[in-house]
Amino acid sequence: MVKALPLILRATAAVLLAGVVIWWAVGGAHRGWSMNRVPINKTDEITGIAYVEYEDRYVPGLEVLGGGAGTAVLLFGLSFLFRKPHSNLKPSP
Amino acid sequence: MIRHLVSTAAFALASAAALAAPITFDFKDPKGVNNVRFDLDAPLESMSGNANGVTGTVVFDPANPAALTGKIVVAANSLKLPNATMQDHLHSPNWIDVAKYPEITFEVTKVANAKTTGTDTTADVTGNITIKGVTKEITVPAKISYMADAMGRRQPNAKGDILVVRSEFSIKRDDFGIQAGQRGDTVGADIKLSLALAGFAPKA
Repeated sequence: MVKALPLILRATAAVLLAGVVIWWAVGGAHRGWSMNRVPINKTDEITGIAYVEYEDRYVPGLEVLGGGAGTAVLLFGLSFLFRKPHSNLKPSP
Repeated sequence: MIRHLVSTAAFALASAAALAAPITFDFKDPKGVNNVRFDLDAPLESMSGNANGVTGTVVFDPANPAALTGKIVVAANSLKLPNATMQDHLHSPNWIDVAKYPEITFEVTKVANAKTTGTDTTADVTGNITIKGVTKEITVPAKISYMADAMGRRQPNAKGDILVVRSEFSIKRDDFGIQAGQRGDTVGADIKLSLALAGFAPKA
């Protein structure tokens, strides 16, 4: 199990990074903070007044992308702590 | 014959007086279109939101736009941001403190430099703005559009006039104790406000 740990951590990091990038991109690649509701711009036909209506929908922002990518880097780094130590013994001739 | 002429003249005078009379417009829009947009520089992206809890009345005389008076009230808890956490901060005591100061108001005291072209009037409107319990006198540019008998086009079977008021101006955050003392490089010192409001004067 311990032998497989670095591999598991790296695989988790890769899946997490890919997942968070895809989620952020599919969610609209919003380059600001996350939104719990999305503003939809509308115009009143008679008065010409521009106004906003909100649609309840979650849009991941850059902090989600950054958090996911940071966690993936952390997991990838942790994987090196569980490397099998190199043996200093030379193989006998 | 003379009686007929007198009664016709009296009717004409009464009609002219009625047309020239100041009209009271109610700014509570049943469709909820009236809104005040606010923009504030902040890290990563500017904070942009709006408030649509608008009420108030404005008295406007199409024959004398400079005589405009009135008061607009914005419900502080109608201030909305796309991010719920940011909105909670905005409503909190450090920012607008909506629990203690439920209303943001602007009361007109003077209108200057009124210029009318067709149904549109531009003017410098002076008034007292109150935010978070602090009242300051400011002068803002405004565009006022008088739309006679336009209510029927917006609401079936409705009769009356519409008054559209637009204005854009900035206020200093510190002047109203909003995040007072917070450095300008983390949260912008100025708040840009854009008003787009319609008032209604129903006719019987």
